Amino acid sequence: MAEFLQFAFSGLTVGAVYALVALGFTLIYNASDVVNFAQGEFVMLGGMTTVFLTLAGVPLPLAALMAVVVAVAVGLSLHRFAIEPARGANSVVLIMITIGASIFLRGAAQVVFDKRFHSLPPLLGNEPIRIGGASILPQSLVVLAGSVVILVLLWVFIDRTLFGKAVIATAANRLAARLVGIDTRRMVSFSFAVSAAIGAIAGILVTPITLTSYEVGTLLALKGFAAAMLGGMGNSIGAVVGGIMLGLLEAFGAGYLSSQYKDAVAFLVILVVLFVMPQGLFGRAKIDRV
Amino acid sequence: MRALLNSRLMAIVAVAVIAAVLPEFFPSTYYYRVAALVFVFALAGIGLNLLMGFAGQVSLGHAGFIGIGAYAVAVGPTHLGLPPWLSFVAGAALSALVAFLVGRPILRLKGHYLAVATLGFGILLSIVFNNEARLTGGPDGMAVPHLVLFGWAARGSETWYWISAASFVIGASLALNLIDSPTGRALRAIHDSELAARVLGIDVARMKLTVFIISAVYASIAGSYLALFNGHITPEVSGFLRSIELVAMVVLGGMGSIMGSLVGSAILVVLPQALTFLHDYEHMALGLILMGVLIFLRGGVVPSLAAMFARRRP
Repeated sequence: MAEFLQFAFSGLTVGAVYALVALGFTLIYNASDVVNFAQGEFVMLGGMTTVFLTLAGVPLPLAALMAVVVAVAVGLSLHRFAIEPARGANSVVLIMITIGASIFLRGAAQVVFDKRFHSLPPLLGNEPIRIGGASILPQSLVVLAGSVVILVLLWVFIDRTLFGKAVIATAANRLAARLVGIDTRRMVSFSFAVSAAIGAIAGILVTPITLTSYEVGTLLALKGFAAAMLGGMGNSIGAVVGGIMLGLLEAFGAGYLSSQYKDAVAFLVILVVLFVMPQGLFGRAKIDRV
Repeated sequence: MRALLNSRLMAIVAVAVIAAVLPEFFPSTYYYRVAALVFVFALAGIGLNLLMGFAGQVSLGHAGFIGIGAYAVAVGPTHLGLPPWLSFVAGAALSALVAFLVGRPILRLKGHYLAVATLGFGILLSIVFNNEARLTGGPDGMAVPHLVLFGWAARGSETWYWISAASFVIGASLALNLIDSPTGRALRAIHDSELAARVLGIDVARMKLTVFIISAVYASIAGSYLALFNGHITPEVSGFLRSIELVAMVVLGGMGSIMGSLVGSAILVVLPQALTFLHDYEHMALGLILMGVLIFLRGGVVPSLAAMFARRRP
């Protein structure tokens, strides 16, 4: 039982990060049909910028805020200088452009920062909390709480404000949204900015546990993409559920089966799910119209 | 120039002539090595291009098949006592079998779901290569014995340059033949509209599976060459980044352009070598160039340039 709880908590913590990355994918995908493989770099930028600003003597809260601002600026420039000029290109070409952007950002990070692993001091200290025989790092709770806060804020914003309704309208039907006077281009930039902010916050929260380096983004983008597809592309709830499932699968796979094959367990389940439900867990079947 | 780009047979002949003359300008064996790598990756690129550019199906896991081919020529002679040439054939056959088995369920998926399924498949294979250390040597990799045919051992960059260049020419001719066959026309129909193709009586599932198997065999052969040429193999050849690199080659060169595969491969193999003088800035430059080419020549280098020439000289 203690073992089970231990694996469940570590799975939830990692899963929360995957869920946030998957949510970032979904936001951008819904607004623009672009699958943004540079999503993981936002997580890296959040963590690394905070680390280097605190090393330079900036107090942690201010450093974190500045890191989010940096990530948002990068997200907006990604849209403005890479995605916008390629509008109308084939979806595979757009994916490759975001992969080019992710190579560029990784390269830039290794020049601006360095190639070593870094950590941040945990927010609530290092003393593990014991629950039912399992020990939990306080920072895990911070990650979980932070993720819940982000989800609630995002939900309130999208569901309760006029701007949020415009975002939904853009996601539902871009042409119709434009016809009723919504500036859809602004909505797409907005989705890049929010995705970048969410990624950066995830990176800042999780750095005390998993450490960060210039190349953590690649694997996170991959896992986030897989999680988003597991849930059903374009479905925000699916993205969150998919992310948490992926985290739990990895933790239990590593704990009970084999730590070497933990990624294999996760991807095997994704393959099986897609074979049975080709649209993911929450996706709706698309019907071809002729 | 336009006639060259348009006439497919001429393009093949041109590549063959260039490949034959090119070594005259090589100052050292290092150039043979780089050129051989260009042809090897272009060979894998042709296969993936048939799948992506003609059948319209994305695969983010094709490096998995490169891995099968590469480990076949390493594991076969070392652990199973098979002669290298037989291991080479066995690797291609195994890739075809694996593609046949996973192809049917995977190719039922569409768009991004297909992308993530092939991605997962490729990652599974590379995890196996990484972890079955008893057979594969794990992350450190393993040595690959030379290819020996009738007592003659294929070794050295120069030999492999000729082998890979010849294989590329043969592979490209076969691919062009396939495209001009009824199968090729059926594939293009699927690319344009799967539904319309089905209505026309094309067995869509079988066509997709066929081209998936063909592309797997191309990748496997390229993988075997890579392993035999390098004499050493690590799981990195089958990794996610390699799969992405293959897709980038196809997209850069031009989807649906067989010669584009060669151009894409040349860009992605030569560029990192050429950019080493930038040291730490190498990756930044690589990312920028990749983005720039895709934004400004979004159809891929070969089709975009062909279109430009066509516009200039009507």
